[in-house]
Amino acid sequence: MTMAVGAAEAADAVKIGLLTTLSGDGAGLGVDTRDGFMLAVTEAGGMLGGVPVDVRVVDDARKPETAVQAADRLVSEDKVALMTGIVFSNLALAVVPRVTRDDVIYVSSNAGPSQLAGAGCHPNYFNAAYQNDNLHEATGAAVEQAGVKRMVLIAPNYPAGKDSLTGFKRYFKGEVVDEIYTKLGQLDYAAEIAKVRADKPDGVFIFLPGGMGINFVKQYDQAGLKGDIKLFGPAFSFDQDVLPAVGDAALGVINGAQWSLDLDNAANKAFVAGFEAAYDRLPSVYAMQGYEAAHIMGAGLKAAGGDVSKLDDLRAGMRKADFDSVRGEFRFGTNQHPVQDLYAREVVKDDKGRLVNRIVSKVFDDHVDAYAADCKMN
Amino acid sequence: MFALLIEQVLNGLQLGVMLFMIAAGLTLVFGVMGVLNLAHGALYMVGAFAAAFIAAETGSVVLGILVAMPVAALAGLLIERLVIARLYARDHLDQVLATFGIVLFANEMMRILFGPRPLFLNVPDFAAGTLEILPGVPYPVWRLVIILVGLVVAGGLALLIERSRLGMLIRAGAQNRRMVAALGVDIGRLYAVLFALGGLLAGLAGAVAGPVLAVQVGMGEPVLILAFVVIVIGGIGSVRGAFTGALVVGLADTLGRAYLPELARAVLPPAAADQIGAALASMTIYLLMALVLAIRPKGVFGGRD
Repeated sequence: MTMAVGAAEAADAVKIGLLTTLSGDGAGLGVDTRDGFMLAVTEAGGMLGGVPVDVRVVDDARKPETAVQAADRLVSEDKVALMTGIVFSNLALAVVPRVTRDDVIYVSSNAGPSQLAGAGCHPNYFNAAYQNDNLHEATGAAVEQAGVKRMVLIAPNYPAGKDSLTGFKRYFKGEVVDEIYTKLGQLDYAAEIAKVRADKPDGVFIFLPGGMGINFVKQYDQAGLKGDIKLFGPAFSFDQDVLPAVGDAALGVINGAQWSLDLDNAANKAFVAGFEAAYDRLPSVYAMQGYEAAHIMGAGLKAAGGDVSKLDDLRAGMRKADFDSVRGEFRFGTNQHPVQDLYAREVVKDDKGRLVNRIVSKVFDDHVDAYAADCKMN
Repeated sequence: MFALLIEQVLNGLQLGVMLFMIAAGLTLVFGVMGVLNLAHGALYMVGAFAAAFIAAETGSVVLGILVAMPVAALAGLLIERLVIARLYARDHLDQVLATFGIVLFANEMMRILFGPRPLFLNVPDFAAGTLEILPGVPYPVWRLVIILVGLVVAGGLALLIERSRLGMLIRAGAQNRRMVAALGVDIGRLYAVLFALGGLLAGLAGAVAGPVLAVQVGMGEPVLILAFVVIVIGGIGSVRGAFTGALVVGLADTLGRAYLPELARAVLPPAAADQIGAALASMTIYLLMALVLAIRPKGVFGGRD
């Protein structure tokens, strides 16, 4: 044991940059990310993997230029060894290649753009959440399993919207009756909902992140369609961060996710109870991902004995990801993205009358993302 | 086919009256006071938040909406007295900077007061569900209520502007504000009243939109852009122009989204048609605005002062 070194290291803790969206549109997601991450640190008494850490929390305001500036400052002035926190893919694409080039390890707590999973993968980039397509793929498979044959697909007219439909169709083999592209940030979906009614499909898939999804689900319910045409989507519009705002309109919606409040393992039970005790609300997927990103960093720090200059040990420890995951088992694939189980969940009411998700079925076992084969690491 | 068209026209009408309630205050403030007020969308947000908060506390959505109006009017009055009253003599750039600052301030204020997550506001019980407007075409009752509220507001505002002393001053102010001031009218009080009225209408719009939309920080900005398109098309300072412009924008936007992708598919291969149709649908109202400006640079009901 190198106790002396450990004690010397403790004097100045390992610096971690938590760069996330804390103001402007999408701030709720960043707050959940931060709270999940900090819960893991607090639970371990200010340490990760037995190593004292000093977490610098910085707001990116959901603006790429702000994110890049803040990241540069974290790396050059604060000398952080590890970074995490970015919620949105366009910000991740602006920041991650810069900081990983400077030998800072970036552990994504949400964004998983395909560019960084395939040809653009990097030994210093880990994704603790998913590859962006995963939840759409899970939803497609869930629709297929539910035996729903004719679908209308709705997504905003921007790159992630198109990617979502591609991901959905990778595992949905039925008939796509109509593909509707909406404006990004659209408020009113009356025209689209009327079209869905006229198309008479068996189900509707929506990828409408943030407020768009809240608007759509409320309006879909108010139009009286929810009973007739089942609604499906990735977890983004149906998780704990938005369910209280959507209300009963979300009841019964089936959504694809890699985690759920009711996943039956000890780590998850402790996480959900701990989060609720600390913050007086239920954790969202974003909070879970922040929490797990912290534990993945902890696995690396433990392997390196807290010496962040031992980059190889740090990376090797993180690749092994030796910790009790709230997702049950957790491991990284060759591109350092999760190889994980994916589930179909349904929005229900719990015994306290709160809207929550319950697992309906497991749709993928140890799912590997579609870009892993293109990643030539090292 | 016909039933769907009727439904889409109603949808367009509903969006139109919503936009009118926001644009009316914006056009008056711009037309009469010459103030470019970017913070108008913040008043819409304040209305929605006030309604959601009161509804959550009391269990009554109607009470929430009723309270939202004076709250937003008061917020408008405060903004006018504290900030904008100092900017009347300054140019539009200063006003844009100051009112944009208010937008940022209001957003962070709401986040501090209510947290970063969206709030919940439901449809009042009496307006839950749908009504069969035509055989086989159920329509959400709440959207019909919004249309009704919008038309009542339009009628009331028309009466106020055409028949009251305040209305006379507003019309005169929109024509020539220096002359009105020279005639001894207390122009400061007129401005304050106008701002409160604009705030009240924006707050009402936010409150009735709350059950349909996400009540969240920043919800005023996308609406404000549409409202500016409305008043530019209608002619700045004209309430009648705002009404016409709002209906035109509401209908064009809704029908564009409903039918342009299909029209594109009739003449183009499907993959290209989806792309171009969706893009055209997003641009409809801006193309319309460009067209109107090319023919009538001061808007349909503009051309004064």
